Amino acid sequence: MAETPEQRNLVLILARAFAAQLATAVFLVDAEGTTIYYNEAAERLLGRRFIEGAGMPAEEWSTVFRPRDEEGRPKPLESLALGITMLKREPTHEVITITSVDGVDRTIEVAAFPLFAHTEDFVGAMALFWQHPEPERIS
Amino acid sequence: MKGKIWGSRGSIASPGQDTKRYGGNTSCIELRPPGCDVVILDAGTGIRELGVRLVREGAERMFLLLTHLHVDHLEGLGMFEPIWRSQTELHIWGPSSPVASLEQRIAMYFSPPLFPVHLSEVPATIEYHDASESEWQIDGARFSSNAIIHPGPTVGYRIESRGRSLAYLTDHEPALGADLDRDPSEWISGFAIAHGADLLIHDCQFTPNEYEHRVGWGHSTTEAVARFADRTEVDRLLLFHHDPMHSDEQLDQMREDVVARWGVDDDRCTVAAEGAKIVV
Repeated sequence: MAETPEQRNLVLILARAFAAQLATAVFLVDAEGTTIYYNEAAERLLGRRFIEGAGMPAEEWSTVFRPRDEEGRPKPLESLALGITMLKREPTHEVITITSVDGVDRTIEVAAFPLFAHTEDFVGAMALFWQHPEPERIS
Repeated sequence: MKGKIWGSRGSIASPGQDTKRYGGNTSCIELRPPGCDVVILDAGTGIRELGVRLVREGAERMFLLLTHLHVDHLEGLGMFEPIWRSQTELHIWGPSSPVASLEQRIAMYFSPPLFPVHLSEVPATIEYHDASESEWQIDGARFSSNAIIHPGPTVGYRIESRGRSLAYLTDHEPALGADLDRDPSEWISGFAIAHGADLLIHDCQFTPNEYEHRVGWGHSTTEAVARFADRTEVDRLLLFHHDPMHSDEQLDQMREDVVARWGVDDDRCTVAAEGAKIVV
């Protein structure tokens, strides 16, 4: 018998298809917390292109964008909204500031929620990013 | 592995002059993997006649694989003669939902006002098995299932026996929000179930023009099924789940369209016809 090819759970397939159609930034991770997709809007926000098959583990995405709270203190993985969703498998929300790969600081709201295919079948999580508008500059 | 098509129509039974050649009964396929009791794919109206034959044969143990519980895949179960016999042992696989078991979901149809008798009153012994995403073995046949894109919990099945394989993905819209040519295979609904199958039985309900007004209804076009067959590298393709509004002549034209788009020899693609034999 031929080896069965890898197949993503249907919930993740639908989540990715949904995210791909959205103008809102979406970040999708698998059950281990590795990024499996982020859409074009998220690419712009993070300053980094999504590369198929080159998923970032949680340790990487939780540090590479230097997330910090409103006081400027660094936020570790377990206090980030997506980190809490991964660890506790519950929806969360936060306001953080990140520095994108292209060096721009952005304050964003994050709403993260777990994806369950069935009651006990945790397959990953989705985070929506909403950028706060830039303050108007007086020239 | 041998079998027979007892119903290949989608949505609603549609007998009549225009559908005489390919048939009007809704989804039901009989399979006979070597060394295994009868396997039945879906319980559309075609299962009634199959039931008569199974009783005549004296069959007592049988396996029913439901892809989902839309009426055209379940409506024949009440008229499936073996369930009204106490000596029958029926195993039903099908998808549960996030909030209800397979048995509870079937019982919603099998009860008044939709049906006069409650499921609990059926004399046959019925065992229910969740097939949301699983693999199992019965005698010499290996089965696997995966959730696929269609409104509501729906699965596709793969049956393998003696090195031969059949994939059954009726009611499937893999092109929804996806690029079947470019997306990585792991992100294509149904890919693992269909990949390399000797025979793929697949939804082909719409023409591309009809689909424009039916996106998200859970069905495939001639274009999508040709791409899916090409991408999954199946050997043969059987077009299934015919639209009740399509005549035999229209189905012939749709097959020609699939063959042209797939770019394969004519004999690798056929239209599922009621009464036709399956050999894998």
